[in-house]
Amino acid sequence: MGNDLFSAEVLNETWEIMCNDMPLALWETFYVTVAATFFAIVIGLPLGVLLVVGEKDGILPIPKPVMGFLNVLINVLRSVPFLILMILVFPLTRLIVGTIVGTTASIVPLVIAAFPFVARLVESSLREVNPNIIEAAQSMGASPLQIIVKVMIPESVPSLISNFTIAVTTVLGYTAMSGIIGGGGLGKIAINYGYYRYKYLVMLVAVVILVLLVQLFQSVGTKLAKATDKRLKSGK
Amino acid sequence: MIEIKNLSKTFSTADGTFQALKNVNISVSDGDIFGIIGMSGAGKSTLVRCINMLERPSEGSVVIDGVDVGTLGRRELRKLRRSVTMIFQGFNLLMQRTCLKNVCFPLELDGVGKKEAKKRALELLELVGLSDKANAYPSRLSGGQQQRVAIARALATNPKVLLCDEATSALDPKTTRSILSLIKDINEKLGITVIIITHQMSVIEEICSRVAILENGEVVEQGEVNQIFSSPKSEAAKHLVFPGEEENVAELQYGKRVLRVVFNDSESTETPLIAKLAAEKGIAANILYASTKSVGGKAFGCMLLSFPDGETAEGAKRYLSSHDGITVEEVVNNGK
Repeated sequence: MGNDLFSAEVLNETWEIMCNDMPLALWETFYVTVAATFFAIVIGLPLGVLLVVGEKDGILPIPKPVMGFLNVLINVLRSVPFLILMILVFPLTRLIVGTIVGTTASIVPLVIAAFPFVARLVESSLREVNPNIIEAAQSMGASPLQIIVKVMIPESVPSLISNFTIAVTTVLGYTAMSGIIGGGGLGKIAINYGYYRYKYLVMLVAVVILVLLVQLFQSVGTKLAKATDKRLKSGK
Repeated sequence: MIEIKNLSKTFSTADGTFQALKNVNISVSDGDIFGIIGMSGAGKSTLVRCINMLERPSEGSVVIDGVDVGTLGRRELRKLRRSVTMIFQGFNLLMQRTCLKNVCFPLELDGVGKKEAKKRALELLELVGLSDKANAYPSRLSGGQQQRVAIARALATNPKVLLCDEATSALDPKTTRSILSLIKDINEKLGITVIIITHQMSVIEEICSRVAILENGEVVEQGEVNQIFSSPKSEAAKHLVFPGEEENVAELQYGKRVLRVVFNDSESTETPLIAKLAAEKGIAANILYASTKSVGGKAFGCMLLSFPDGETAEGAKRYLSSHDGITVEEVVNNGK
């Protein structure tokens, strides 16, 4: 079985599986990726902001123990391998979604894995903002909240978009893994057909589609980042 | 009226404490253009930041119109910063906002309505001569244009005081002059008090009426600009007023007597003194160096004369000092 990768029989069978399962799998992967990244940003963005403004000489210093806790939490979550994290968060997944299997359930571990990463990305984006511009805003009587909302975030939009693109593609990679714990999508197809049933061609096609998805997200992200960057002088 | 009283600022660094400002006393009257000059590291930027409390003084106080700004709460301080605004060496515009939106920014912070803010911003862009750049992003503008936008932005909240932190240091001489004349215009038209921080004597000459010289965190001399130009007392002031090359010239004349003659009004600059010295006293002076510039609308001249011996030098000194508006001083000749 499956010794000839490209025989007519295999091609036919693969085509059939593709037609039946691929549209749903593609949609599931897309939905899980976007939803997980969205929630990761919802949690990670404010956290990243805190990491920058909460520093000792930041614009809104936070007590040192709190900052220390945030940093440790982020580092710990980032160092747990995703495969293990998925299993560790089962109780939380059950609490939030009601079940631990299925496509929607796989969003929970993805968010847990991605938000600390997003927080670090946001932190690095915000650190790129010219501190003199922040000082100028202070000299105009801006409050810390105004500086965050009107200066730091808008000024780093291009960099934030670039970094969120990295986050999306990373999450996309993780979704493939969630096939193991019953999450849907391209990962499930690759594992179920390719790994468990030796249909290597199906696995190969699923991987190629994943690669194309990454390309798509990346090029859209890069274009958006460029379009929003008003520091560039191109296009007079 | 801005009064800086006994102001000191100490920074603690990894290698101990560093005193950036030592017992600074300065008072600036309303409507003045006041210059604070010093070499880099003299504490100028720290001093100007103490005025709007971007930097908290370690000791002493800053009193603006009778209000000790060090005692203000956060909210009151933010309000104060709308009436004491600032422009910077690096312009510090928001790069992701158009010029118009940059000028609107302080109004936005103040909660002014969008329409009203836009109207005011357009007026200000017109005042600084950049109406046509309203929708351009700062990256498309030259340094001088960016500084004009920054000035418009600083004026948006109708300030009483404008602080300029090395505002022209990043600009070429021609652009510097045009920015300075804009600042002077604003000072005259709107009656805004201006405090200028600079390391360039030319900036002080061009628009300041009073000046304080800062050296190692201390004010070593302050007063009317033309007074300091004509008779600088401190070493730092002399160094700033008389450019370094002058001393070098004097050093070449080892063994001779060198006098520095300063002319500080138009009458004395219009008299052919050296010719008269030769004709009336028979003393032939060798001119080593001479310059004339306009300081605060007054002609200001400086000359270095060398004489072969003490007798002629003394004679020249007596003769020249007898004229009004002329200061004569012997240059110490180290002769390396």
